[in-house]
Amino acid sequence: MSFAFYAIGALTVAGALAAVLLKNLVHCALALTVAFAGLALLFLELDAQFAGFAQILVYIGAVAILVVFAILLTRGSETPPDGGVYSHTWLVGLTVAAAVFAVLGWAILQTASLLPKASPAPVVTVDEIGKALMGRYVLPLEIVAMLLTAALIGAVIVAMHEKEEAR
Amino acid sequence: MTPLAGFLLMAALLFAIGLAGALTRRNAILVLIGIELMLNAANLNLIAFWRYGPHPEALTGMMFAIFSIAVAAAEAAVGLGLVIQIHRHAHTTDLDAMNRMKG
Repeated sequence: MSFAFYAIGALTVAGALAAVLLKNLVHCALALTVAFAGLALLFLELDAQFAGFAQILVYIGAVAILVVFAILLTRGSETPPDGGVYSHTWLVGLTVAAAVFAVLGWAILQTASLLPKASPAPVVTVDEIGKALMGRYVLPLEIVAMLLTAALIGAVIVAMHEKEEAR
Repeated sequence: MTPLAGFLLMAALLFAIGLAGALTRRNAILVLIGIELMLNAANLNLIAFWRYGPHPEALTGMMFAIFSIAVAAAEAAVGLGLVIQIHRHAHTTDLDAMNRMKG
């Protein structure tokens, strides 16, 4: 394990922790952006350049902006009147999350000796990815195009003002 | 520890953080942030298995991750649209206050 992995990993985990722990929602969104950037760096560390840059474009460029927009549009509701940003069942949630991490970590450490060792970096060009998307994966690509269109129209309709009702 | 085990542990930690956020926070937007973190942890697993798997040239894990990123973007758009609509209707994004199915 290289120093870069530990450094980027610490940055990503710190960003994720801050995103779920901070009180101010705007700070949460900024911390989330740090976590997304760390994940993109981890993808680059894994020699997946295309996925890394797609992560930057989609998550930092679109999802983080969308989260900030949603936070600003729902302004005034971020601090509940009785204080406390955690649900009253927070202990159960924390226990479930800790149990999930314990099971996953145990499974990984148990099988760590069976996992494949370090291998030479695969050389994958964007050309090959494009050919795969247009060849073997063309049906999933079309389905994702349909899904994105449906989600685009659906999100606009869901968030649209209902003018008839308001009058 | 092999590099793959390191990346898998990192993904498990991110997944647990996202799950804890989704289960403990009261704000609906923070729950969506937790779900995004969980999806990202899954993407990291896919990319790590693609990188250290036996046939990286087949691009299977990479394609899974790219499609998963696209689906996560759609999920975020619809989810945040729903949160904005609920806020307009109930004037709150507090999930503890949203305990009725009837408006």
